[in-house]
Amino acid sequence: MARPKLVIRGLGKTYRTDRGEVVALAGVDLDVGENEFVALVGTSGCGKSTLLSIVAGLDSMDRGDVRIDGEPITAPGLDRGVVFQSYTLLPWLTAEGNVAFALTAAGCKPAEVRDIARQQLALVGLDGFEAAYPNELSGGMKQRVAIARALSYRPRMLLMDEPFGALDALTRHHMQELLTRIWERHRLTVLFITHDVEEAVYLSDRVAVMSNRPGRIKMLVPIDLARPRRYELLSTPEFQRLHRTVLDSIREESIQVAQLGRALEG
Amino acid sequence: MDGKPRPRPRARHSSRLGVPIAAAEFVGIAAAVFVGLGLVWWLVTALELIRPLFLPSPGAVVTRLGELAASGDLFEDTFVSVYRISVGFLISTLCALPVGILIGCYPRWEAAVEPLVDFIRYMPVVAFVPLTIVWVGTGDSQKFLIIWIGTFFQQVLLFMDNVKAVPRDFISLGRTLEMADRSILLRIVLPSAMPTIWDSLRISLGWAWTWVVVAELVAATSGLGYRINTGMRYFQTDTIFAYLLLLGILGLATDQTMKLARRHLFRYLRTR
Repeated sequence: MARPKLVIRGLGKTYRTDRGEVVALAGVDLDVGENEFVALVGTSGCGKSTLLSIVAGLDSMDRGDVRIDGEPITAPGLDRGVVFQSYTLLPWLTAEGNVAFALTAAGCKPAEVRDIARQQLALVGLDGFEAAYPNELSGGMKQRVAIARALSYRPRMLLMDEPFGALDALTRHHMQELLTRIWERHRLTVLFITHDVEEAVYLSDRVAVMSNRPGRIKMLVPIDLARPRRYELLSTPEFQRLHRTVLDSIREESIQVAQLGRALEG
Repeated sequence: MDGKPRPRPRARHSSRLGVPIAAAEFVGIAAAVFVGLGLVWWLVTALELIRPLFLPSPGAVVTRLGELAASGDLFEDTFVSVYRISVGFLISTLCALPVGILIGCYPRWEAAVEPLVDFIRYMPVVAFVPLTIVWVGTGDSQKFLIIWIGTFFQQVLLFMDNVKAVPRDFISLGRTLEMADRSILLRIVLPSAMPTIWDSLRISLGWAWTWVVVAELVAATSGLGYRINTGMRYFQTDTIFAYLLLLGILGLATDQTMKLARRHLFRYLRTR
């Protein structure tokens, strides 16, 4: 097997707060292969977003090693496109302007910026909305522009931090279908953070379940469901079985957390 | 009784918390309040409940306003005060913008500047008037200085907060695009803070009006504050009221202009 795109070994991160030290990550090992879609699921506060921040280069690590194509990560870079959970479209720029902003920052030739920006918006189904400002777009449309923006400068991998977390259920389903279609057509390496098990199973090739405080990879579940995947897949027994496996694993974590909470109170 | 809670009568739609109203209704209510207050004023003076020396009638004040306009005093005084406030406010803003942005972005600069600004900010501006006269005399520069003292320190804190309120993820976005700090500041942080900086300008401009009049009341040979002060000396309460009304109108006009400009400058904030 070829060398994985992203290699995480023994990653540790501790936060110092007023109430003492919080171990967010304690020895995380994870590989993401070339053009593989890996979803990282866990309960809130398990450190999954911290992990993504470190891979993005936005947060520092205390221990361990994170490499992309064998190169250690030291800072944020154009080789990793990031889609944030919060809406990060710049409100004074149009949809096209936002994609163009990233392209320009990435050093794209000025003559090509406009064409590429339009192509990217078309890719996420937003042709006709090039001139719309973010405030005129729905939450789902904003995240579509954010995806188009992160893909526009051809990063080596895409990091997505609960990108659909703030959307309503119906829009979220649409976005999942859209992302699957884009991924199936264009293939790229994706690390996708979510707390939604259904979303994780539907989208990914592999689901990594994270344990709670300290955060570790507890279980890796290969999702051997056929592609192309469509929404009907959700009702199949295979999907249900995988969904169940991941969910049980996470439920153990949340039960432990609840028990720990009661123990601390009592 | 079927045990179900009885539906409570719905509150009237217009009185619901935060429910917007039509522009025409807004203007109507605002105008009605002005007219209502004017009527009360007129009634009180018409019934001679208060001596005209203390509260002149609306008619007398308007007549006085007309006389002042006809003699040219009104425009001259307004022009002088507007000139002073424009220069003073501009200097203050130009000083406060870089400082506020700097301390909003860099905690070390904040540590150096913010407590000092807080310390000075609580010294009453009025107490600086005698000192400024000793320093620079009673000319225009003393008015600029008073406006500066009264506005600069407040603006620094306002601008700092405006810059700090820029979402962290906007800065993270810039970093994932490998933009230099300077570039993130100029192309992400500043444009993002612009609408709230504009609001801060609008608020601090209102204060600047107070400071120019304060400075003119104490030591000046022209301006709206000066004319109010002479009015007191000759018991011309109608003049004082005329100028107070004028100040109110100027303030209202400036504020509405700033609001209107905001809507045009930041059109992108409108939702469809």
